Amino acid sequence: MTTTLIFYFFAATLIFAAFRVITVRNPVHAALFLVLTFFSSAAIWLLLQAEFLAIALVLVYVGAVMVLFLFVVMMLDINFAPLREGFAKHLPVGLTVGFLILIEMVMVVTHWKGLANPSTVVTTEMSNTKMLGQVLYTVYAYPFEIAAAILLVAMIAAIALTSRLHNRAKYQKPEQQVVVRREDRIRLISMPAEPKD
Amino acid sequence: MQTLIYVITILLYIVVILVPLMVGVAYLTLAERKIIGYMQVRIGPNRVNLPLPLLNKLRGFGQPIADAFKLMFKEIVLPTHSNRFLFIIAPTISFAPAIAAWAVIPFAEGWVLSDINVGLLYILAMTSMSVYGILIAGWASNSKYALLGTLRSAAQVVSYEIAMGFALVGVLMAAGSLNLSDIVAAQNGSFLHWFWLPLLPLFAIYFISGVAETNRAPFDVAEGESEIVAGFHVEYSGMLFAIFFLAEYANMILIAALASLMFLGGWLSPFQGIPVLEPMFAWVPGIFWLLGKMSIFLFLYLWSRATFPRYRYDQIMRLGWKVFIPITLVWIVVIGVAILVKLPPWFDIVAKG
Repeated sequence: MTTTLIFYFFAATLIFAAFRVITVRNPVHAALFLVLTFFSSAAIWLLLQAEFLAIALVLVYVGAVMVLFLFVVMMLDINFAPLREGFAKHLPVGLTVGFLILIEMVMVVTHWKGLANPSTVVTTEMSNTKMLGQVLYTVYAYPFEIAAAILLVAMIAAIALTSRLHNRAKYQKPEQQVVVRREDRIRLISMPAEPKD
Repeated sequence: MQTLIYVITILLYIVVILVPLMVGVAYLTLAERKIIGYMQVRIGPNRVNLPLPLLNKLRGFGQPIADAFKLMFKEIVLPTHSNRFLFIIAPTISFAPAIAAWAVIPFAEGWVLSDINVGLLYILAMTSMSVYGILIAGWASNSKYALLGTLRSAAQVVSYEIAMGFALVGVLMAAGSLNLSDIVAAQNGSFLHWFWLPLLPLFAIYFISGVAETNRAPFDVAEGESEIVAGFHVEYSGMLFAIFFLAEYANMILIAALASLMFLGGWLSPFQGIPVLEPMFAWVPGIFWLLGKMSIFLFLYLWSRATFPRYRYDQIMRLGWKVFIPITLVWIVVIGVAILVKLPPWFDIVAKG
């Protein structure tokens, strides 16, 4: 009973926040609503007792990805009115894509519902985190490592793309800074006193 | 009915944790001013007394309460064209994770509000949430100085979170559990069984990253009161500013508590395994040892503020990315090898859980 109420509360928040992400005018507000969306879905996962996934979602998406998103969005000062001009022209394409995604999701969900019977869910003494770790590093070791390699390549590519043009930038070299001695910077010279006039 | 009683007990527990925490925050500010005062051969606050028996001899003991009253009655200035809603909730957003993280902190054996399996991850998630307060405060102020301050402190917090997370991975490997009570239980034995010894580099990195994460000296370029006006909270005044202040000090106490739980054996007595001293101090409740260890770290915070010059911003970033993260990565491998060869006395028992 209480769980159902909590679920509906978080589900309603999730849907409301997700709706606001695409309707709100200000991009910073949209990003903040996206944070709320992630947070509500993490709460729903907690209700399913998937505590590792829920907290990982908060840690990775809310704590890291969205912070960087907000960083970028905050720095932009875009007037969003011109960006909305082609709305009517692109509406049919958008609707088609949305409809396709909806059909796919319905197919996946109905198929999956037939497979998993809620009464067959095994409850073990092992914690969620431990089970996930064991499966991830044994059964799914190859996909896991390949995904890691792909992400690493993407990261290196992004760094290479952005740092290519700026090799004329000046860097401070701390190892040179700390070996500086007084003699390198200060020169004492003796000169006659200036005559008074 | 049962649910109601359950909710009421939980609320009572929350009050029992938060009231001492808030008193601790208030008196940490007094301790800071007094300790730094004595270090600089000054006296510190010595005027406001508490009109209570016994306490009225301690001069300056009423200072935090007087400060709180002063801040409550100050005007809250809203900058023009600021985003009013976000401007007002930003302090709350930075304060809420700082106190929510206390839900999983065990104060003594079994004295914990929520004994969850993923306690360490929960702590990491909560501390990574607190950066939103900084981001929103700087953006909603509609001030270029606040926005620049936001970028400085948010970049610093995000960078040091990585080193901190890796330090926690080392603790997780050594203890074989994410549950904070189990982590303390895994250090049972003696003073030398605590994780400060096998995880010494991670211990140092964790505490230094904690100092950087809470934007405290010598990493307080965000505030830099002797160089610039302030960072992300430059437009805040009155009670809204006070809430940022509360969040900062609550985070300091949290870092101190976590460092003592993960590296200094939490509530375990330091005299464990020593023949004469152990029975002599057996009557001391565990929470006193935890509070004592936390006080050491809090004193370190204040001591470093009075002692060290402020880091330059590029040096902060270099320390975080080029020094701390490689050291933690290497030490995680070292810990892995130590667990594999079952290095006594820390890893000879197979990790349970």
